Amino acid sequence: MIPLSSYLTLGAIMFAISVAGIFINRKNVIIILMCIELMLLAVNINFIAFSHFLGDTAGQVFVFFILTVAAAEAAIGLAILVVLFRNRRTINVAELDSMKG
Amino acid sequence: MSFLEIVFYVFSGVMILGAVGVIASRNPVHSALSLVLTFFATSGVWLLLEAEFLAITLVLVYVGAVMVLFLFVVMMLDINVTKMREGFMRFLPVGILIALLLLMQMVLVVGPENFGLDVIAEPARHAADYNNTKQLGKVLYTDYVYPFEIASVILLVAIVAAIALTMRRRPETKYQTPAKQIMVKKEDRLRIVKMDAEKK
Repeated sequence: MIPLSSYLTLGAIMFAISVAGIFINRKNVIIILMCIELMLLAVNINFIAFSHFLGDTAGQVFVFFILTVAAAEAAIGLAILVVLFRNRRTINVAELDSMKG
Repeated sequence: MSFLEIVFYVFSGVMILGAVGVIASRNPVHSALSLVLTFFATSGVWLLLEAEFLAITLVLVYVGAVMVLFLFVVMMLDINVTKMREGFMRFLPVGILIALLLLMQMVLVVGPENFGLDVIAEPARHAADYNNTKQLGKVLYTDYVYPFEIASVILLVAIVAAIALTMRRRPETKYQTPAKQIMVKKEDRLRIVKMDAEKK
């Protein structure tokens, strides 16, 4: 028998790893986008675990919507990234300072 | 240790290893492939939680579409990897510290004393003829039908936005204009010159 706390702890570990990833890869926009995907995945694990343990399908419906929004976000984020690279020839966050006052 | 526990811990371990691989890889392509591994392991954990439809959706949509998109973009852009790694070692202690703090706080909330088996018991497994997709569909198309419509609109907006952002007219490319081509007349192209015949 696997308790609910194991699943929630797994989600917490995944979330903490992705937060650390954003901190240590702060130069690379692609890795930051991947870390956001990991965060959404960690949240989805929690939703599905609660949905299973409380016997309520609504949690899975929410995961469905989060997947939709995450896919849209990834598509638009990568499109912005491509346009950014086309204009600046770099995706280094430290060099994207043209609006700096 | 029961079989289910072994499966859970194997999939969780693969998941965590994959997540560490995503954030620690030198090459963004390796990061994307580690993320694929993480998604596969996650779908295994979701199968344990009897969310079969979402587990399959995760593999089909994420591994099949989103990660392919990521790999396309990673391979299309010319990324200077060494420059991107600048500050990796400098921010590593801060990142690990913050992750550990965050993890400690969250485990204090969701730990075994609050969500253990004695607090919330594991529900009975469904019978073999239980249909997760049917259940999800019943809820999705009745209680959540308006959010479902909004989700479809969000996807449409995402399609339009992604195409509008990346589409451009290249001035150096030559285009044909079929309307102009068929409207052309003899006078536009042909010039008749009168001249005397040449002597031999």
